[in-house]
This record gives sequence, C-alpha cells and structure tokens, in this order.
Amino acid sequence: MADITLKKIYVKVWRQNSPKDKGRFETYEVENVSQGSSFLEMMDILNDNLVREGKDPIAFDHDCREGICGMCSLYINGKAHGPDTEITTCQLHMRKFSEGETITIEPWRAGSFPVIKDLMVDRTAFEEILQSGGFVSVNTGGVPDGNTIPIGYEDSEEAMDAAACIGCGACVATCKNSSAMLFVAAKVSHLAKLPQGQVEAKRRARNMVAKMDELGFGGCTNTGACEAECPKAISISNIARLNREYLCAKIAE
Amino acid sequence: MTILNSKIPAGPLAEKWSKHKASIKVVSPANKRKLDVIVVGTGLAGGSAAASLAELGYNVHAFCYQDSPRRAHSIAAQGGINAAKNYQNDNDSVYRLFYDTIKGGDYRAREANVYRLAEVSPNIIDQCVAQGVPFGREYGGTLANRSFGGVLVSRTFYARGQTGQQLLLGCYAAMNRQIAKGGVKMYNRHEMMDIVKIDGKARGIIARDMVTGEVKRFGAHAVVIASGGYGNVFFLSTNAMGCNGSASWVAYKRGAHFGNPCFVQIHPTCIPVHGDQQSKLTLMSESLRNDGRVWVPKKKEDAIKLQKGELHPNDIADADRDFYLERRYPSYGNLVPRDVASRAAKERCDEGFGVNNTGKAVFLDFKYAIDRLGIDVIKARYGNLFQMYEKITDVDPYKAPMMIYPAIHYSMGGTWVDYNLMTSVPGLYSIGEANFSDHGGNRLGASALMQGLADGYFVLPYTIGDYLADEIMTPKIDTNTPEFDAAEKEVTGRLEKLFNIKGKQPVDYFHKKLGQIMWDKVGMSRNEKGLKEAIAEIKAIREEFWKNVFIPGEMKNVNPELEKAGRVADFLELGELMARDALTRNESCGGHYREESVTEDGEAKRDDENFTFVSAWEYTGENQEPTLHKEELVFENVELTQRSYK
Ligand SMILES: Cc1cc2nc3c(=O)[nH]c(=O)nc-3n(C[C@H](O)[C@H](O)[C@H](O)COP(=O)(O)OP(=O)(O)OC[C@H]3O[C@@H](n4cnc5c(N)ncnc54)[C@H](O)[C@@H]3O)c2cc1C
Ligand code: SF4
Ligand code: FES
Repeated sequence: MADITLKKIYVKVWRQNSPKDKGRFETYEVENVSQGSSFLEMMDILNDNLVREGKDPIAFDHDCREGICGMCSLYINGKAHGPDTEITTCQLHMRKFSEGETITIEPWRAGSFPVIKDLMVDRTAFEEILQSGGFVSVNTGGVPDGNTIPIGYEDSEEAMDAAACIGCGACVATCKNSSAMLFVAAKVSHLAKLPQGQVEAKRRARNMVAKMDELGFGGCTNTGACEAECPKAISISNIARLNREYLCAKIAE
Repeated sequence: MTILNSKIPAGPLAEKWSKHKASIKVVSPANKRKLDVIVVGTGLAGGSAAASLAELGYNVHAFCYQDSPRRAHSIAAQGGINAAKNYQNDNDSVYRLFYDTIKGGDYRAREANVYRLAEVSPNIIDQCVAQGVPFGREYGGTLANRSFGGVLVSRTFYARGQTGQQLLLGCYAAMNRQIAKGGVKMYNRHEMMDIVKIDGKARGIIARDMVTGEVKRFGAHAVVIASGGYGNVFFLSTNAMGCNGSASWVAYKRGAHFGNPCFVQIHPTCIPVHGDQQSKLTLMSESLRNDGRVWVPKKKEDAIKLQKGELHPNDIADADRDFYLERRYPSYGNLVPRDVASRAAKERCDEGFGVNNTGKAVFLDFKYAIDRLGIDVIKARYGNLFQMYEKITDVDPYKAPMMIYPAIHYSMGGTWVDYNLMTSVPGLYSIGEANFSDHGGNRLGASALMQGLADGYFVLPYTIGDYLADEIMTPKIDTNTPEFDAAEKEVTGRLEKLFNIKGKQPVDYFHKKLGQIMWDKVGMSRNEKGLKEAIAEIKAIREEFWKNVFIPGEMKNVNPELEKAGRVADFLELGELMARDALTRNESCGGHYREESVTEDGEAKRDDENFTFVSAWEYTGENQEPTLHKEELVFENVELTQRSYK
C-alpha cells in the first residue's frame, strides 16, 4: 500500500481577512504531497510554506482530525467535506486527488454562518438552536437506575443513528435554501425516540423550529442534498419525524 | 518547604466519602446566587461541572478554545465508560472496580480517591441514561456491557464506538439548558492565558478572545481547571490538535504543584505513522482487542518480506505467527493492560519482527473472530472503526489484518489536588484529565470518562461548597485591581514578545523537534543517560525557540500560529519537568519504564520501598530547579504485589 507522491497540485482558496473584508480567491502551488496524507495535512504543508515566506497562513477550523468533533468545515470542489462519502474534511485523503489538479476550497456559505476569517465560519446559530430545547430537563442527581426503563434495541439504535450528528453544518452549507432542518431533525429524533426525551418532545420540536426560523435559516423543500453530503449519514427520514412532532405540537396548541 | 496535605478523611475506606460529605460545609441557595465560579474547559469534566454547579445556583462562567463546548476532546473517546453496576452478575462490585483501578495504576494512586470514584460510578450511568444518552442495549431493553483491557469482569457501557461523543453531548445538553436559563455564561473561542491570585487565593483569569485577539479579565470566587491532558507535548499523539498543557502549566507557575508529570500513557492500538507529513495519530479503540488477535511473524525473513511488500500477511500460516501476548501472558492474553501491550509491541519491533514498510507495526487480526462469530457480529461491534481504518489506510480489515503501533494517548500526571480536588492554591480546583488524581502510573481503559464525569457531576459540586461557604461575604470580584493589571500586562507582554521575535522558523518546527526528543528519550522506555540528555536538549530548543520563532499575521485577529506558539512555549518547559520527574523516579511502574529497574525476564519492576509516593513539583522561578515534594501513599486496604498478567 505504498502511496505515491503528487509532485504538484494547485490550491485555489478563499481568502478573507475579516468578516467585513470582501474576500477573493487566491491560487497556490503545493509540491510533493503524499497521497497517504490527509487533506488537512496538505493544508498544513501549504501553511508551512506560507509562513516560511512570511505570509499569513490560511485560517480553517479543525481539531480532532478523526471525524468526530465537527470542527472541520471545508467546501472542496463544490462539495461539503469534499469528494468522498460519509466522511468529514479531516478524514479526506489525498488519494482522491490527482497530479496537477486544481482544488478549489471555500468556506461554508450560508447567511446564518458568517465568515470569521478565510475558511473559518461562525456557527453560533447552531448553539442557539440547541439552547432553545435540545435537552432533557433533568438535574444532576435524583434520577432512577439506568435499567428501570427498558428501551427496545431498535429504538435505541435509531436514537443513536440520529444522535451521531456532529454539528458540522455541512447540511446547511449544501442546501440551496440554507436550511438547518437535518440538524434540528437529528436532535429532535434522537430524543423523541427515547422515553426520557418523549416527555418534552412536542415543546422541544416547537421551540427548536421557531428558533431556527428566527435565526434566518431557510425552509426545507425536500431536495435531499443535505442527506447526501452529511458525513454521518443522518437520514432525511428524521425530517419527516420532526414534521410530525411539530404538527402534533401545533395541533395541541 | 510546604507540607502536602491531601485531606484524606479518617475512617474505614468504604465510609470515607459519606462521612466527608456529612462533615463539609454547604452554601445556602440564596448565597450560591452571589458566588461566581469560572470553569476553564468544557469537556466531560468541565461540562458536567459547569452544568451541575449552575443547577445548584452558582453563576458559572465557562471557557473553551473551540467554537462550541460540544467539540472538546472528550468527543473522541470511542470505547466506553466503566461503572460498578454488576448488571452482568459476574461478581463485580465497588470494591472490585476500586481494586482493579489501584492495581492497574500500579499502586501509585490514593486509595481514598479511587474508592470514591468507584463508589459514584453507578450514578454516572443513571445520570447519562436520564439525559438521553443512547447506550448500547440488549434485545430485552436492558443496558449492554463489554469488557476492556486489564480486568476480568464486563463493566464497560458504550454507545457504539462513539461513547465519548454521546456522553459529551449529554453534558453539553445539560449545559445548554443552563446557558438558556442564564446559569452558565459560555465563552467559546476563548483561551485562558493566566490565573489571577489575590491575597493568595485564585480570583479570576485572563483570557484571549481568539476571534478579535482581545485580552480580557474575568473575576470569580473560585476557578476550576478542566483543560484536559498534555499528551501533545510529544507532537504526535491521539489527542486533538489543540489539546495543550497550558492551563495546567499556568496553574503550576502560579503555585499549584504538578503531580507525577512523567506518568503518560501509551496506547497500544493506534494506526502506525505513515511518513513525515503526519500531523496526528489515530487511535483504534482498545475494545478491538476483545476480538482481534495480536501477532507478528515468527521468522525474521517473513517480517522482512512483509516490510518490502513481497508477502501478504494472509500468506503466513498460523504456525508461523507469533501471538506474542497470548504466549507471554496466557491468563490475560490480548487483554493485558495498555502499558504491557505497548512495551511488548515495541520489544518485537526492536527485535526486527515488526511489519509495515517502517518495521514499526504489528498485526491485529480479526480473521479468527470472523470465523468464530460470523462477519455480521463483527460488523455490528466494530463497523464504524473498520470503516475509519479503511478510509485512512486503504486496507479493508475484514479481509486483511489491521496494522497497529503504540502512540501517546493520555496523561495520568497533572495538577496535584487534595481529596477535595483543590490544588495547592486556595480556590483553584483541577478536575478530569488535567489533575493527577485517580489513575496512578497507568489508567485502565474506559476509566477516564468515568473520572471526568465523577469529578464534574458528583464530587466537585459537593467539595467546592466547603470552600465557598467561607466566601459568602466576599463581594463580586473587582477586576480593576493591581493584581489583574499585572496579570494582563504579563500576558500581553508575552504575546508581544513572541510576535516580535520575527525569526525564521514556524512553530511546528520546534514542536516536532521537541516531540522527537520526548518520544525517543522520555517515551516508552527511559534511562538515566537519555533523560539527562533530554533535559539539556529541551533547554537548547527552548532557547532557540525564543530567538528564532516566526509568527505571521496580526495580534488582534484570528491567529492560529500565535495560539500554537503559546502552547508550544509551555510544552518546552513542561517537557523538561517530565524528564526531570522520570529521572527522579528510578523504578518502573505503570507507563513509566526505567531500563534500570526490570526483572530477569524483562518485565517492569516496581520499587515500593523507595517510591511509594506521588511526586509533587513546586515551581520556584524561571530557569530555576523546581522543588520536589513527596506525598507518601499509604495502603491500608490492598496488599502491594508485583502486577502479573501471566
Ligand atoms: C482518541 C481517544 C480515545 C479515548 N477513548 C477513551 C475511552 O474509550 N474511554 C475512556 O474512559 N477514556 C478515553 N479517552 C480518554 C478521555 O477521552 C479523556 O481523558 C477525557 O475525555 C478528558 O476529558 P476532560 O474533560 O478532562 O478534557 P477534554 O475533553 O480534553 O476537554 C478539555 C477542555 O478544555 C478546554 N481548554 C483546554 N485548554 C484551554 C485553555 N487554555 N483555555 C480555555 N479552554 C481550554 C478545551 O476547549 C476543552 O473544552 C480517550 C482519549 C482519546 C484521545
Ligand atoms: S446533520 Fe450531518 S451535515 Fe448536518 S450538522 Fe449533523 S452531521 Fe453535519
Ligand atoms: S477535525 Fe474533528 S471532525 Fe474534522
């Protein structure tokens, strides 16, 4: 499994010094990148070159580099998290690119995710949505034994499928309406599938949807683009469940 | 010389915590509202503490360097969390979890702390279930368990291979609820730079806003450090890129003793290094050792052919495979503790039996488990881990064995704390991986998540009250004082100094150099000569760093290079203290292996007569030799035996 080395690639990347700056693309050459390197390791090499030339390196978010923290968020060659399925940017490897290729990198583009610098965006809106209801209202202590309420294997697996969302925002960045429905639906479904979360299910759905609308995310027109680009394969069937919960909540009003 | 007071309550082991809780002070709800607590770090430890303290009524101010608390490195924990529930009826108990942890830690942790950890562990699972953590379940609806390295019972709870993620999302949700209610004020993308002391007590912090570059002051009646571990001192580790030792290092410089800095854990099952462009190492969960068998070829010529790619691992007959863990440790086999498994892998590779083109890897083979259990069972257990492995290496583990090698993973050492989790600075606490407390010389798998949540949900919320009860008359902390002025000035001064060096090398250049020295001389195997060299070499890199580092960009803007520079500057000091501590501890114990202290068959040899203590290092000034204090460890309930997994 000896990986070959790409002698030269071109990286066309969005540069924007601050939220107010207009921003523009710039193209850089990067030499000798092993195809066994990750995409972000390629970015490290590029940044190392820039620093050595006395230039400002490209700012981008990343931390765990194993596909779980949800920090990394690059729009590569027109696709959120780049040309591979069910992975995050940090799990993308240079095997997906070829000699001499020009790779275009942009930040998430969505009104609710303003650019902070270069490829780094502000996803505080996601935080606010979760603060509006993405929890079970229990305090520490005074809870029943973990085995008091049995939970069926399938229900627990389905809850886990939805709970796997990493809050990266690729769904929003991909959606032509910049809708956050998949993200919201994942949290609503995760908790609605469990007896502990069912108690507040309606209120949760109502509050989170209202918050999402208030923050300027667009509506869902069922294009399914979000599901296709979600690194954790969160299914759009969760959106149907969210709609059901939301309708029930509205009827109950 | 200060005397360390660990404040361990008197009385029988099993009663210490309940007696202590009954005797410590409690703050009334009306007074809690008047008290501010700063929590630095919102991983499992900090997040659970922030939420629980806010529920109690304290005003919590929480900080993290990511853009959301949900991204703390706890998110990456895969395998699971231990708890003494005895749901499997396999004779587990609080005592057994306590005993396993003490023994696993090679008798270098406090009995009282570890017992308390085991005692509160069942509550953690209940709490997480109540929050909606989707733990793995049996068909009958009850919680499922798996076993983990180093123990004989099945007590690990899990949520697929994403246990840390689900536990963190649980405590993040609890925090979000408090943020919405105003009980927690969250400061994302804020890095703590200094701790402010007034009249000897911790009264606040200085933090840098990582978006605007602004340096800000925050006051509080108590400060809690929950900033995680310092494994990144090795440059390559399984920790996230931003993990750092800086908050703990600042605490040290402000008077908090540093406990057992040389105790770091090397994890046996990581994806091997691929080349010099590598930025971090990826862990393959230890749970894989439940079903995978570890081997290398018996014949050196096979190893060489494998390294050159002339032979496929599947071509090697069973008779020519050396299942060295099963051979050396028949009773634990592939499930020996991490330090033992790591050293055994290094030993085989050093002898020339390693595989991969570097010769620095061993196989972890699932063929046998697939034959025994069927591919579907293996898929259900490890599907996402196998997928991750394939994405990184381009090898399908269902068809060919994985290749693994040890990597730095966890720091048992950390800020010294007493039984109340308070450091040697009054009002300054340390919880989670940031403190030294519960794992001794080696941490058992699935016990870090347990410790972080135990500290944050069930220990600190009680013990901090004992201190804060005496602070109810202290008004809101004013940040316009000479102490805050001085601290802010020092922080700004250091940032400017770094910025104005305008040297020739990027920060990573120094970090990689430091990492190499740490790995070679303060890593899996240590000796006096190497450690002395390391101390001198680290000093030299440090000097070069302060002369020749180059930081681009602006101070008052997003500046990742400036952030890294601060962290690496601290690592360059911490690394030296680690080497110093390792040099002082002339015994092999847990993850710390001194070549001078081994048995005839090459196993680690502990020296209880001379080293049954915690090293607590006191800072004495820049470029001064630190002072070593020893906290004697007293074992009243377990007998010290040489660990044997044979
Ligand atoms: C890959 C991997 C897998 C693991 N798997 C397991 C497992 O299966 N079971 C198990 O028990 N343990 C496991 N561990 C260990 C365990 O995950 C950690 O020890 C534990 O999660 C640490 O939690 P913490 O809250 O102490 O710190 P962290 O989760 O690391 O959180 C640190 C927090 O501090 C903040 N911070 C740091 N410095 C600053 C600063 N200067 N200013 C402001 N904020 C700061 C960060 O933003 C973050 O919020 C694993 C570890 C790794 C690396
Ligand atoms: S739903 Fe998928 S794409 Fe959207 S935030 Fe969650 S993980 Fe990311
Ligand atoms: S860096 Fe954490 S998911 Fe990519």
